[in-house]
Amino acid sequence: MKNSLSLSEAKKLLDRRQISSEELTRDCLDSIRKLNKSLNAYITLNTNAIGDARKKDAKSNKKGKLNGIPLAIKDNFLTKGLRTTASSKVLDDYIPEYNATVVNKLLDEGAVILGKTNMDAWAHGSSTERSDYGPTRNPWNLKHVPGGSSGGSAAATVADMCIASIGSETAGSVRGPAAWCGCVGLKPTYGRVSRYGVVAMGSSLDSPGPITKTVADAATILEVLAGKDEYDATTSPRDSEKYSSFLEKGVKGLKIGIAEDYFFPDMDSRVKELIINASKILEKNGAEINFVKTLNPKYAIGVYTVIQRSEVSSNLARYDGIRYGNNRNYFGREAKRRVILGTFTLSSGYADKYYKKAQKVRTLYINDFERVFQKHDLIIGPTLPGPALKIGESENDPMFGEMADVLAEPSSIAGLPGISVPCGFVDGLPIGLDIIGPQFSEGLILQAANVYESDTKWHLAKPPIR
Amino acid sequence: MAKKDFSVEMTSKIASLANIPLDKREVEYFTDQFNKTLEIVDELTQLDTTNVAATYNVTKLTNVFREDEINKRHVLSAESALSNAKNEYNGFFVVPQILNEK
Repeated sequence: MKNSLSLSEAKKLLDRRQISSEELTRDCLDSIRKLNKSLNAYITLNTNAIGDARKKDAKSNKKGKLNGIPLAIKDNFLTKGLRTTASSKVLDDYIPEYNATVVNKLLDEGAVILGKTNMDAWAHGSSTERSDYGPTRNPWNLKHVPGGSSGGSAAATVADMCIASIGSETAGSVRGPAAWCGCVGLKPTYGRVSRYGVVAMGSSLDSPGPITKTVADAATILEVLAGKDEYDATTSPRDSEKYSSFLEKGVKGLKIGIAEDYFFPDMDSRVKELIINASKILEKNGAEINFVKTLNPKYAIGVYTVIQRSEVSSNLARYDGIRYGNNRNYFGREAKRRVILGTFTLSSGYADKYYKKAQKVRTLYINDFERVFQKHDLIIGPTLPGPALKIGESENDPMFGEMADVLAEPSSIAGLPGISVPCGFVDGLPIGLDIIGPQFSEGLILQAANVYESDTKWHLAKPPIR
Repeated sequence: MAKKDFSVEMTSKIASLANIPLDKREVEYFTDQFNKTLEIVDELTQLDTTNVAATYNVTKLTNVFREDEINKRHVLSAESALSNAKNEYNGFFVVPQILNEK
């Protein structure tokens, strides 16, 4: 079946006309039909996908970096004419009148959109259990969560229900589900990829990014997405780069620090072992590896919690059910919880104690990373402290997501790019290696990730569900 | 631990300011959770931030300006803007009444 191809494999075959986009799209849709009942990775399908694919076949456009490639899009990216809910019943019947910049860029390069993937409602969560449309399940073990909030995209990618997918991250929402599902997740530098037309969550953090089967595929999609957008003033004026040209540069002479504070005393020792093994692969390929001290990531939990809740309270104020969607009675428990706490942390008398304090500690993390990057090119550590939790395990813990994402939060609040690549299994569930670099070092992290991937076979492992 | 910031009254008040409808059970449930969350947030006081500036933008961009011109590609038609409204009248959104006579 062609749906198991990676993006670069599929592109090669499409360009040589050895397969058609229609064939590729049909195989993805067959797989969706077969698996979506058990995985619940997609919420809405594009009923025109086959027609869209035929158009690509009729007008072969080799120049389009994604021409004819069927992709899955997280349901918080606006897609014109295709229902966009952000997995919240507030937007249950919302049909956007315009595309997110990310979606336009993908379409401009010839991508075919298969449908919209499940997520924690409003991207509030780290398990995809907080979706108003039911949880997505982990393709490696249906009793487990896929991670979140981009859990539908990650599950669809590893289960071959698409060729690649798009997610978004505020702190761990791309890298986390990629780690727990066993695929590649790239969170770009804040401002590298436009947020225009993405249902806003934590506006000073939101970073769209690719979730893919290989590191090379992530580079290809980032090339399409990166760049200044006149509709998002926070996008960087810096030129984007040809990220795929970094892939073969190797890691010889690169100084890579293992973040020793990212190994908590109570962490699963098997996760630690996999990260150390990964560092040895990078060392074997010529990188200089040593342990590095960082500011304890545990404080990032508080920083992220306050900043995220505060920004959420402001962003979700717009949903009044007048211009579109349903009224505020339709908010789920998680959204209510976050809006109220965020309203509080921004309220007069408490804003200094909580919001301003969090923004100051945010500065401490930025300064600390700057210090580390004076002597190191990259930092590595586990993406998440353990393997995927069971469905329901985190239900009554309002801080589950913040605790789970503790290792992604420092780099996210500092706006740094990071990539999670599969680095082994614990109890039959995938584990991710997080590679973090300075702002706008996407090329470098892809370069190191590709060295690791080329020398290991973890990314080739496929889940039992077919 | 410092005194708890949240009481059920505080939760109700903030919820009504944020226009979030809550039932009594939710108010109690959230109040308890908010205090537990703030306990974790309070760990930030362990870090000295005297003379540390707050970060509001991580990439250090400053003001971004554009010409004050209408971008015609970027404007929705009235029909398009109203397409998702549950209640419209003569090309206008209908909003709930908030003012009473007198």
